[in-house]
Amino acid sequence: MGLNIAAQISSFLAALVLLSAFGMLVQKRINGLINLFAWQGLFLSINTALVGYFAGKHHLYISSLLTLSLKVVLLPYILHVLVDRLKIRKEVESVVNIPTTMLIGIALVIFSYHLMAPVRELSTLITRSTLAIALATVMIGLLMMITRKHAVTQIIGFLALENGLFFAATSATYGMPLVVELGVALDVLIAAFIFGIFFFHINTAFDSLDVEQMARLKEED
Amino acid sequence: MKPELVIIEFLQVAALLGLAPAFAGWVKMLKCWSQGRTSPGLLQPYRDLAKLLSKDVVLAENASWIFRFTPYLVFGTAVLAGGIIPILSIDLPLAPTADVIVIVALFAIARFFTALAGMDIGTAFGGMGSSREMMIASLAEPAMLMAIFTVSLANRSTSLSQIVQVIYSGQSVIRPSLAFAFLAFVLIALAETGRIPVDNPATHLELTMVHEAMILEYSGRHLALVEWAGMMKLFLFVALGIASFAPWGIAARGSFSALPGALVYMALKLGLVGTVIVLVETGLAKMRLFRLPEFLGAAFLLSTLGMLSYFILD
Amino acid sequence: MNLTPVDIAGSSVLLLFLMVFVAAVLRNSQRLLITLSFSLASVASLLAVAAGIWTVSGGITSRVVLLMGLPDLPFHLNLDPLAGFFLTVVGLLSFYVSVYSIGYIRGYLGQRPVTSLIIFYALFVAGMFMVVLADDALFFLVSWEIMAAASYFLVIFENEHIENRRAAFLYMVVAHVGAIAILLSFGVMAGLAGGFGSFNSYTFDAMRQAQLPIEWATAAFLLAFLGFAAKAGVVPLHVWLPEAHPVAPSNVSALMSGVMLKTAIYGIIRVTFDLIRDFPWWWGAFVLVLGLISAVMGVLYALMQHDLKRLLAYHSVENIGIILIGIGLAMIFRSFEMPLLAALALIAGLYHTMNHAMFKGLLFMGAGAVLHATKERNMEEMGGLIHHMPWTAALFLIGCISISALPPFNGFVSEWLTFQAFLLSPALPSPLIRLLIPMGAALLALTGALAAACFVKAFGVTFLGHWRGHHKPHIHEANWPMRLGMIFAAFTCLCLGVFPTLFIEWMDIIPTQLVGSKLAASAGAYGWMWLTPVSYERASYSGSIVFAGILVVVLAAYLLLHVRPGKIQRVPIWDCGFEKINSRMQYNATSFSMPIRRIFGHLFSIKETVTVTPLAGHAAFPKRLHYYLRVRDRFWGWIYRPIVELSFWVSRRVGRLQQGRIQAYLIYSFLTIIVLLVFLR
Repeated sequence: MGLNIAAQISSFLAALVLLSAFGMLVQKRINGLINLFAWQGLFLSINTALVGYFAGKHHLYISSLLTLSLKVVLLPYILHVLVDRLKIRKEVESVVNIPTTMLIGIALVIFSYHLMAPVRELSTLITRSTLAIALATVMIGLLMMITRKHAVTQIIGFLALENGLFFAATSATYGMPLVVELGVALDVLIAAFIFGIFFFHINTAFDSLDVEQMARLKEED
Repeated sequence: MKPELVIIEFLQVAALLGLAPAFAGWVKMLKCWSQGRTSPGLLQPYRDLAKLLSKDVVLAENASWIFRFTPYLVFGTAVLAGGIIPILSIDLPLAPTADVIVIVALFAIARFFTALAGMDIGTAFGGMGSSREMMIASLAEPAMLMAIFTVSLANRSTSLSQIVQVIYSGQSVIRPSLAFAFLAFVLIALAETGRIPVDNPATHLELTMVHEAMILEYSGRHLALVEWAGMMKLFLFVALGIASFAPWGIAARGSFSALPGALVYMALKLGLVGTVIVLVETGLAKMRLFRLPEFLGAAFLLSTLGMLSYFILD
Repeated sequence: MNLTPVDIAGSSVLLLFLMVFVAAVLRNSQRLLITLSFSLASVASLLAVAAGIWTVSGGITSRVVLLMGLPDLPFHLNLDPLAGFFLTVVGLLSFYVSVYSIGYIRGYLGQRPVTSLIIFYALFVAGMFMVVLADDALFFLVSWEIMAAASYFLVIFENEHIENRRAAFLYMVVAHVGAIAILLSFGVMAGLAGGFGSFNSYTFDAMRQAQLPIEWATAAFLLAFLGFAAKAGVVPLHVWLPEAHPVAPSNVSALMSGVMLKTAIYGIIRVTFDLIRDFPWWWGAFVLVLGLISAVMGVLYALMQHDLKRLLAYHSVENIGIILIGIGLAMIFRSFEMPLLAALALIAGLYHTMNHAMFKGLLFMGAGAVLHATKERNMEEMGGLIHHMPWTAALFLIGCISISALPPFNGFVSEWLTFQAFLLSPALPSPLIRLLIPMGAALLALTGALAAACFVKAFGVTFLGHWRGHHKPHIHEANWPMRLGMIFAAFTCLCLGVFPTLFIEWMDIIPTQLVGSKLAASAGAYGWMWLTPVSYERASYSGSIVFAGILVVVLAAYLLLHVRPGKIQRVPIWDCGFEKINSRMQYNATSFSMPIRRIFGHLFSIKETVTVTPLAGHAAFPKRLHYYLRVRDRFWGWIYRPIVELSFWVSRRVGRLQQGRIQAYLIYSFLTIIVLLVFLR
């Protein structure tokens, strides 16, 4: 098995990560959104394990397991429970319509490719081609937070952004030091708990999780 | 031009003419099984065609020559396309006549005339079918072109025989761009051949028809030609997909020895594709007409991602 | 003395001037005037075609210096292959339209005198020939003005309707804004070539020698492009096109849409590839982007129209966009030093120029025949014309198929070549352009499909079904000269589609001179039947085999099925048991384009209201239904209205100077004298 095969499989998984990011961007149902997020985590953890095997960085196996347990199992489970308990409406509304969102996403991918082109020339890692995809995933996560009106999608957008950052770390420098990874994972877990508590309170106060309702909080003058 | 190549060409066209109804019958059979009904049998399309060919033609009083000419034209373009797409062998004398873009355009001219025939009689149903069909076609074209673009990037050609040869010459790599292009092609093929979720080919309610509404007024041998051409169009789109993405089994040289194997492979692949079509049709519901831009937009998105990932990842 | 092509072209122009005198002399016998003058015009056009074909096939460049013009600034004429190509295109369509006009103008007999029409027609065609022949800035602008002014008088021929006068006024304003821009551009180039103090370098030769610094070259290019784009109808300067082309007599519309717009394309190619020969890649990208926008917006606007001639005018905007796409790609490839690909893109653009002239001319001639027969321009009042006008319907159908880019006719060949040029763009070195150009290819595919939808609508609503209007007039078929003009154009469309390799071999000298590479070496490498633009393995197309193949299969199917023919019964329409089906229940133009209007609607400003008056006492049943739809071009509100309001504001402010009192004017004169004395000491 040569490095060439590794690069190909890594590229393939990167493409799947991008596809799941776009899928989350255009998805209208909450349950589908959470499932797609879980799939994205799965592709990411497989990619991390693969890079760990080929580059010989064994700490990446632990990162991969961490991603698997956190982002594929635990967080989606928590989110599904939240959606059930709070009896949230299962459809997501968006600020611009879906074809326009897709076009903006494509424009972001082209932009991140253009941005990462010089880095790609200089890097010697097997994952150098996937850096542009990682940046695109970050931006699509941000786009998701901007164009969706539902609070659950805000957090999923944030988590997808974090996925993209993790992916970028793996592509650029074969992962961060283990201490940093553990810290980030703990932060994400705590953020998820805090978000859950906030959702509960918001829902009690406004009877809905539509972020447009929060505009009522501003002072009228 | 060697005479054996001409014979291979004739054999391929004959296979298309003869087996397209069987493919349609196979799809219908599987659909009935999956829905728990008894199927009319694999050979029912042949019996339908024979019945229609022997019946009289009933025309509206104001049907013009366009209405009568369209079935022949639609049939003719389907047969011509069947002579160009490599189904049994790459070495076809007609192959350099057209590349993928021309084949898409051949289907486009058939659709143009069918839409005109729908407007010819002057009923509301025909106009409705024409209007909807042209809308679907105009949204599917950009996605189709992007998919062709992606395939031509990987294979450095738009000529189908050349694409098959490049794939055969061992450059098969796991390319995410081709995977995206393939998914996009599946969605576009569903739109162009009028299957669920775009259009229901088995519906009898006029307000839900798209393709059927355009050919509502045809009868007798005209209807036989149109139906046969419809079956050939489904067959040819599947053959186009096979030739572009998974051509193994098509005879590489123009020799008779490779043909029986090619026929067997073709039958196997068609059987598999028929099963997939039935799974899709049974699992999904027909979409509302104005949800179709999202469907075709997703196809465009997939093919664009394929094109982008070619440049980014390969 | 040796006869050069430019002499033949010159004699053609002289013949057209002769036509003016004939019109003045014969103005009392209108019927004879029509036949004689348009026959003269046909002969003149044929001479121009001969000159053009001779020039291009021989690769000859012939020049002449006329003794006319200003003192020290004589007129230069130059007929090189590029000019010869455009001369052929203009001359060919002028020939077809002149033959057609012999029959069409007879429709005005007894209603109004046609003398002015004939005089300005001659001047218009002569102006177009002269623009193409011009070799210096002065003669170019003189001919450009003759062309514009003559077409103004033609547009305003039926001047009793207020909308005709308004349309002509708008046309005049935009044409002159464009002419000023062209003049400035020539001024920049001539000034930098020979100094701003003299007129010495007003010839194109002098401009070619000049080495322009990049900022001035950009200024000259942008000014020239602005001026020519205003004439060509590129978005956003296109608003005059759908107003002016429909109101002109149909033969004039055919010429305006078919060939007048092409003179602007000629201008762009001449300035960019011939006068300023080195340019950066972003010029090409600019042209490409504007071409794409024009193509998509043009076809979308066309889909919203229900006036047949306005629909055709918007399609001209779309096709000019497609031509600019080819030229933009050629510019991009040229700036990256890729001559073979630049030649491919340039040939695609030029081929589409010729195609558009042919099929747009054919379509306008057909629309003229329909107008002549029904006195109606609104498609929604027509229907079922195929039974009364079979020749016109069949010829119009050929035009529809050609413009929808369907094989085996000519529109498909140029679109296919443009797609091949797009598909070869990954060879470009810049990664960003490599990613963005395929999006342009997708937009071009969208345009082609929408154009097909639009022409299904145009042909279907006009010719098929039943008569949708209230009162059906007596409809007669077009007379023989009209039919002949259309038949010629349709036959040319077929030849251009079935024998593309021959035409490309004929045209090939042009890219050799402009971008430095021949295409025919590869395009015709396998003989006249196969078109292989870059290489055989890359892509190939054979129009003749597609045509022959379809014909063979259709005939075979027909003969086999008629071995034992069944009976054909003619019955009334199946009406689903309703029994009260009438012609108002058919689909018309508005309903046909409704799905597309819903999807792309936010690109226009659309106002759609439905008012229902219910029956007294029964709220659920409507007594009257009023449907109102207005689709308007957003560019009026974004660009034109602000400019109009700004100019009114400025003139109001300046108008304050006009006090009306003698003392004020005396003070102005006094102040001016003092200022001049101070500054000219």
